[in-house]
Amino acid sequence: MTGKTLAERILSEKSNTDARAGDYVEAEVDAMLTHDVTGPLTFEVFRGVTDGDGPLADPENTVITIDHHAPADGVQAANNHNAVRDFAAEFGAVQFDVGDGICHQLLVEHGFAEPGDLVVGADSHSTTFGGLGAFGTGVGSTDLGTAMATGDLWFRVPDSVRFEVEGTLPDGVYAKDLILRFIGDVGFDGATYRAAEYGGSAVQDLPIHERLVLSNMAIEMGGKAGLVEPDERTARFLARQTGRTESSFDVSLAPDDDADYAAVHTYDAADLAPQVSKPSNPENAVDVDAVAGTPVDQLFVGTCTNGRYEDVRVVADILDGETLAPGTRMVVVPASKAIYRRMLDTGVFDTFVDAGAIVQSAGCGPCFGTHDGVLGDGDVCLATANRNFPGREGSMDSSVYLASPATVGASALYGEITDPRTVETTRYDDDVVTPAEAQP
Amino acid sequence: MSDVRDPVTPGRAWTFGDDVDTDQIIPSRFLVSSDPADLGAHAFADHRPDFAEGVEPGDFVVAGENFGSGSSREHAPVALRGAGVSGVVARSFARIFFRNAINIGLPLLVCPDADRIADGDEVHLDLGDGRVVDHTTGETHDADPLPDFLQSLVDQGGLEPYTRRKLGHTDD
Repeated sequence: MTGKTLAERILSEKSNTDARAGDYVEAEVDAMLTHDVTGPLTFEVFRGVTDGDGPLADPENTVITIDHHAPADGVQAANNHNAVRDFAAEFGAVQFDVGDGICHQLLVEHGFAEPGDLVVGADSHSTTFGGLGAFGTGVGSTDLGTAMATGDLWFRVPDSVRFEVEGTLPDGVYAKDLILRFIGDVGFDGATYRAAEYGGSAVQDLPIHERLVLSNMAIEMGGKAGLVEPDERTARFLARQTGRTESSFDVSLAPDDDADYAAVHTYDAADLAPQVSKPSNPENAVDVDAVAGTPVDQLFVGTCTNGRYEDVRVVADILDGETLAPGTRMVVVPASKAIYRRMLDTGVFDTFVDAGAIVQSAGCGPCFGTHDGVLGDGDVCLATANRNFPGREGSMDSSVYLASPATVGASALYGEITDPRTVETTRYDDDVVTPAEAQP
Repeated sequence: MSDVRDPVTPGRAWTFGDDVDTDQIIPSRFLVSSDPADLGAHAFADHRPDFAEGVEPGDFVVAGENFGSGSSREHAPVALRGAGVSGVVARSFARIFFRNAINIGLPLLVCPDADRIADGDEVHLDLGDGRVVDHTTGETHDADPLPDFLQSLVDQGGLEPYTRRKLGHTDD
């Protein structure tokens, strides 16, 4: 019998079985997540399976956010927000409100995901928690509504595909470029029913905020999870977030040397260039050279992929003292209120406003395609987002290109897709904001 | 949903290509409702505007690779059921869509020959043997039967009844 992958290890532990790829197991869930879009359907299922009475199996680890239509863009959305508030109050769930931020960022900031945890969310980007070594995965409302009642859920143990990156990433090349390249290489369905596992010296060198980017977009190749092996950096990050000691986090989780992978893809970091995914599929990743010069109308900085403080900071560094290219507009949406506060405290907010950008309250923003910067016919947007499906951010006749914050920042100066290696860029270590810092 | 017809009853095929994502099945702006009929009225609103108007109870969706990719929104399979779709046949499915469809009782078949079925063909599904029968061409296409675990979940009425029994509700 071969050794185990990270996915097999976590699901073995959580199901008290010797879980192997292909097995079906029932596993205990550590945290559960739903939001203003998937919530109402989830509540219906939860009430249905509990005869309306509840209780939640684990209220302290059941989190409901208001982030997708936030602030409300219409009466129906506002009513859904009230449904979230009423449900959370009735059953004692943890609830975040308008302006608090995006679900995935809030779970990370508030310590709901730890190495080795199993976290399920009624949102496909719940793979994000893999950046901390947690098995995070997206499910539907029926799955989540039943898990909220029982505390467990069935899983097919996935095969794993390994991405190994050795060496040092060149200046101007970030985790976003890595994941766009991976998706480009294996395809939009290249990891369907599988867990993506990321390793190698370049991945282990990544700060946590960049590891979260790799994991967040695992779903864009169909992945069930996107996992990075935890280490001391993970413990340090979580200690800062939670106020607990580093030693209280078990970061010993690792795949066995003889773990069996469905495929292994290896990269030399030095060979990698900044990437851009062309419309209308994340798999259309090309070196930035191939699309440099493409005119853009809107630049969008934000989302659960790249709306963290370090991301907006990279863009602000490039824009500092400059203004947006004529004819362009920039929408900046921090991923959480803590990040918003930090932007105010450090002057990053001013940099954006002085450059001519619009900074909005924390949330999903135009990535959800319903408010706060949707695109019209013929509009071209360059976004730090994770999806560029047809009509994703508005009109079916608009187009979205995906890139790193550095590429978006450089492009804002010229009004066309621009290689970030032509400007000065910084790679930030984790400089995260703790929830306490978010208080004025 | 009593108006949903059994997939053994023939219905028309509505064909789609590869990588049909959940934003295309039900665009974000309609996700303020969870009602199957509301959602069904807007299925494929931007991607194939003639669908919601022309689909009839008992029709089928037939697609290529990676159907239902993207978002976890369960509204996508709910919209198809709400539109009266009796089942979905595809060369492959995205993971969360597949799981959501099983959970809400929307029949699915993975069929390598799905692209041999033409738009408007009369088809029916044979879930037990894993086959799609095309009455227009007279062809029968083999499909993958569901794995045992999922078949047993379906046989028990889906995840909700299964969970109610697990929680000790004996009225099911």
